[in-house]
Amino acid sequence: MELALSDVRGHSLDLKGIGHAFGATVALDEINLTVAAGELIALLGPSGCGKTTMLQIIAGFLRPSRGEVRFDGARVEHIPANRRRIGMVFQNYALFPHLSVFENVAYGLRARKRPNAEIAAKVEQMLGLAQMATYARRLPGELSGGQQQRVALARALAIDPGLVLLDEPFSALDKNLRLDMQIEIKSLLKTFGVTSIIVTHDQEEALSMADRIVVLNKGRIEQIDSPDALYDRPASLFISSFIGHTNLLRGTVTDADRVQLDAGPEIDLGRSVQRRRGTPVTLSVRPENIAFGAERTGAIPVTIRATVPLGAISVTEGVTASGEAVKISQARAAGTARARAGETAWLAISDVSRVSIFSTPVDDVSKHQQRSV
Amino acid sequence: MPVIPLAALFFAAFVLPLAALVLVSLFRDPQFSGLSLAQYLRFLSDPFSLKVLSDTLWLGAEVALATLILAYPLALVYVASGPFMRTLITFLIMLPLLTSTVVRTFAWIVILGRDGIVNSAMLSLGLWQAPARLLYSWEGMVLALTQIQLPLMALPVINSLLRLDGNLTRAAEGLGASRARIFMTVILPLTLPGAIAGWLLVFAAAATAFITQTLVGGGRIILMPSYIYQQAVGVQDWPFSAALSLIFTLAVTGIVFAIGALSRRFVRGVDAA
Repeated sequence: MELALSDVRGHSLDLKGIGHAFGATVALDEINLTVAAGELIALLGPSGCGKTTMLQIIAGFLRPSRGEVRFDGARVEHIPANRRRIGMVFQNYALFPHLSVFENVAYGLRARKRPNAEIAAKVEQMLGLAQMATYARRLPGELSGGQQQRVALARALAIDPGLVLLDEPFSALDKNLRLDMQIEIKSLLKTFGVTSIIVTHDQEEALSMADRIVVLNKGRIEQIDSPDALYDRPASLFISSFIGHTNLLRGTVTDADRVQLDAGPEIDLGRSVQRRRGTPVTLSVRPENIAFGAERTGAIPVTIRATVPLGAISVTEGVTASGEAVKISQARAAGTARARAGETAWLAISDVSRVSIFSTPVDDVSKHQQRSV
Repeated sequence: MPVIPLAALFFAAFVLPLAALVLVSLFRDPQFSGLSLAQYLRFLSDPFSLKVLSDTLWLGAEVALATLILAYPLALVYVASGPFMRTLITFLIMLPLLTSTVVRTFAWIVILGRDGIVNSAMLSLGLWQAPARLLYSWEGMVLALTQIQLPLMALPVINSLLRLDGNLTRAAEGLGASRARIFMTVILPLTLPGAIAGWLLVFAAAATAFITQTLVGGGRIILMPSYIYQQAVGVQDWPFSAALSLIFTLAVTGIVFAIGALSRRFVRGVDAA
């Protein structure tokens, strides 16, 4: 069965110069994206970033104002949603409440007027893969959230889709169940070899599911990269704070490779900052890239606010002399230099090569200058 | 206890008259000379009376079906419209409810009459050779009642359609279903509770619509409400008209309960509207 399934190949998808406006509001602007057949992509962004609009354009529920949508190289903008062979999994699963699990999965096959015997065999196979075979006669209302999601995926995959679109698929699940379902659904999608696009505002979901993540902000693509690359080398200040936690430290360029932090010390970044002397910059330093150290040149003095144990790690927050909050995360067992609230501690950046440098946004600069006067 | 005055009102205005009606129907003859089931036996053994009852129930069913067929396109347009159009459609739907039954019915007499708008238009266009009998006909009565009762159907259907999750129709479309299939397999079954509620309301209202039935149907078509009126006021046979009233009430409520119970058994997975 595995062999038969891996024959099913997804479409490749190309978006070229996609733009869409609702009246005067620009929802999407100049979107270019190429997705390889069988790839699992996450569209990640805060609410209102245009990711749902993008999904509806790919699905065919919305015709873009501008640009091209291509499946396997062929343009599809004129093809209505019901002939695009796309499997959709909705946020609320959108199972038909009056139809049994069996009939829900059979729906797309009945719409294609397949013979009954073929429908029965296919539905049985899909429910088997989704581990829902024993629930065929139940109504969706009699299932748990995770079970409904399995049925929704089985229904989407039953039509042998060239593309599967998942809209915030895990947001309705309990936090404990979420990771299990993410792993299960990822492996199911990979078994099918179907091209999949997950829309989400949850960065953990995007990081755990996707081969590549497309970060959208205000209708534009900010970065397309692997989960690791996004985390380690964010292309913008927005991404550095949107993906994972980070500390933003303001400073001013003093030399080709040096930045004077507002928080105190001058830092040697070990590489060119590629900005002129005097340029205001913001450094993004991940909490796990900061460690407690001794008082010495280059160390950042902070006043400790609180320490929060979070299972495997503990997070300490401190405030610099310039009023910037800094989070330090360390393995809880480490226990070195456990600081108490109100005490002064000295922080060191463990690996300067993993610090990202961004120009400080203009409005931040003016606020900042007012304050430092 | 605010319940007591309400209970007293209910007792005085509903239970007592109903009991009086039952009592009157049990008298053997219009002279009230003795008690028996004679009036009921008379009804059940009289083909004319049985025909009047079945015609009346059939009228209700036909009008309810006609409003149902009109209500769905109307409701679908409503749901697809913007706020301004929705307000306009709501106003147009409510319009029949804002005019008195008598005025609405006379309007239909003007429209359907021998020299009415429909006949004069058709004649002057040369489409009809002679004026058609629209008024005082079964079809005219169904037409007038359909217009008048449409709000009772349209409002529950629109309400169920508004409660329908848009993702369900999108899911069906994504799975390859045509518009007709989406309507038949998703929209219709999931709005059925609203449609059945509307159907029952219109059925009961149309079957008992004394004024419209009498004015648009004229004296030519005898239906239960006018039959009861004629037996009571014309013939002064109070026991028989009381029996007719009770039989008619039981028939209408019986059908309403039977259809309500059947729909609860067969409509699965949908909350009752």
